[in-house]
Amino acid sequence: MYDAGKIIIGLVVFLALVSYPIWYDAARGDIPTSADPKIVTAEKECVAPTDYMKDSHMDLLNQWRDDVVRKGVRVYTAESGRKFEMSLSHTCMDCHSNKSEFCDECHNYAGVNPYCWDCHIEPEEVQQ
Amino acid sequence: MNAFYALFAVILLLLVAWVGVGTVDLYSLFGIIIPYLAFTIFILGFLYRIIKWAISPVPFRIPTTCGQQKSLPWLKSSKLDNPHNAFWTIIRMALEVLTFRSLFRSTRAELREGPKITYGDTKWLWAGGLAFHWAFLIIILRHYRFFVEPVPAFVLYLQSMDGLFQIGLPVLYITDAVIVVAASYLFVRRVFIPQVRYISLFADYFPLFLIGGIAVTGILMRYFTKIDVSAVKELTLGWINFKPAAPEGIGIMFYLHLFLVSVLFAYFPFSKLMHLGGIFLSPARNLANNNRAKRHVNPWNYDVKVHTYEEYEDEFREVMKEADLPVEKE
Ligand code: HEC
Ligand code: HEC
Ligand code: HEC
Ligand code: HEM
Repeated sequence: MYDAGKIIIGLVVFLALVSYPIWYDAARGDIPTSADPKIVTAEKECVAPTDYMKDSHMDLLNQWRDDVVRKGVRVYTAESGRKFEMSLSHTCMDCHSNKSEFCDECHNYAGVNPYCWDCHIEPEEVQQ
Repeated sequence: MNAFYALFAVILLLLVAWVGVGTVDLYSLFGIIIPYLAFTIFILGFLYRIIKWAISPVPFRIPTTCGQQKSLPWLKSSKLDNPHNAFWTIIRMALEVLTFRSLFRSTRAELREGPKITYGDTKWLWAGGLAFHWAFLIIILRHYRFFVEPVPAFVLYLQSMDGLFQIGLPVLYITDAVIVVAASYLFVRRVFIPQVRYISLFADYFPLFLIGGIAVTGILMRYFTKIDVSAVKELTLGWINFKPAAPEGIGIMFYLHLFLVSVLFAYFPFSKLMHLGGIFLSPARNLANNNRAKRHVNPWNYDVKVHTYEEYEDEFREVMKEADLPVEKE
């Protein structure tokens, strides 16, 4: 092999970059392999079916935001016929008042950082 | 025609994954075995190709002279375009890889009426190519969020920059729009410029469609059909901890995406995509132009058996003397 030194450095860099997750996670030891959002409300159901909420709650929030801010509609009727005020800080966070153990639990795991809380008020959480 | 074959090939791949996961429920095959296999082929194939290139000798420096060579101290030399030492060669290489300087300089020849040949620039190709590659790179780096736990800070930073416009929810990534537009441009260019179409092969269209397919399935899944990202991360963390398990809750669109990615990875070492490694081994880019300052011996020179004049004379001295030929030594 010609220029073996340089080629091997290059290949080592390549291997290090592509295998970076493997040794990074291995070095950290026991990492959480799933997110575990905690439901604290006594209610049984969310504003929409759980499967839909898991995948698409941001679409719902977007819909709510558009309805309130652009159309002035503030009431959401769930599939069950139950009515909710379309509000992030009130409705969602009334039931899911444990933001750091619910929303953040998933979001940190999936690496998303919604910018909503720049303006909207986070629920005050009781320190346990 | 080549373009159609490539399109059919990608559609066929999508159908395979669709049937395999959608109707036959082969979750472990498409979610574990094929991805592992593809990744292994990618790594081994990549190493194989690089090492194979590395054992071919480069007999001497092949400088592409885009500027004055370093010579006498009072002649100003072009350090970047005609580097004379390792440092400037690395700079040239870095700019080549990061900004495609050679492509920026490339020209296009056209016959005008006359017929006269004229040269124009191809800055659109440069811009399209650069946009495509950067978008691709950033998307891949963003994907590290599925593989690394906790998600590294640089990924979060990339995401926030990429979603800078905060359009819609989930936030629209600029690179998603860029990769679709750039890949479409690169494709349209091959089809509409007759000379380029003439030299375009199946192997040119196929990766383009494959990457296009990957981008489109990814975009569909993020913005439209939706998937459970937490479930995906359970799968991916399973892979890298070598405790794989394929959860069934993930939508079909994810498996289409993943299968195309697997094919891309497995195909990579055997295709023109190897220019990822090849660019670093381009003799015209990675060698300092010091041909006149240093002696470079051809590495495959074998020891030539020479018969010097002295030896010749030693051998034939007597005969030469008899024939009255002049000899140097008595
Ligand atoms: C009436 C109380 C209530 C309101 C209001 C409410 N949720 Fe829920 N939510 C629940 C309950 C209860 C569950 C658990 C359902 C289950 O376990 O099937 C849940 C589940 C969820 C889940 C799925 C969690 C998981 O386990 O994977 C998400 C995401 C979610 N909610 C988001 C929201 C968002 C966003 C809003 C505001 C648009 C909202 N919820 C409003 C009660 C509520
Ligand atoms: C720049 C500040 C700002 C940011 C950032 C922001 N919002 Fe809002 N949002 C507002 C304002 C102002 C209203 C109008 C409040 C009203 O009329 O009651 C509103 C209203 C809403 C409403 C309906 C009314 C209510 O009380 O909730 C929803 C839902 C909503 N936003 C969701 C979101 C989500 C989801 C995000 C993050 C992706 C977000 N917003 C980010 C300022 C902001
Ligand atoms: C089951 C896990 C889970 C829970 C619980 C959850 N989220 Fe999410 N959320 C996600 C995932 C995953 C994404 C990113 C989806 C993607 O990248 O396509 C996301 C994205 C979002 C986004 C869009 C962010 C962006 O920048 O694109 C908003 C807004 C959001 N969630 C709000 C909430 C709120 C508010 C709560 C708590 C009431 C909540 N989520 C609870 C998993 C969850
Ligand atoms: C060549 C490699 C790949 C390319 C070019 C690619 C491209 C894309 C693109 C363009 C998107 C749209 C959303 C975004 O930009 O984040 C996307 C989303 C996605 N990709 Fe990939 N991808 C690749 C590899 C993978 C792999 C190996 C996985 C395996 C886990 C994967 C899983 C996903 C998932 C789950 C989404 C949806 C993300 C969301 O909903 O936010 N991709 N991909």
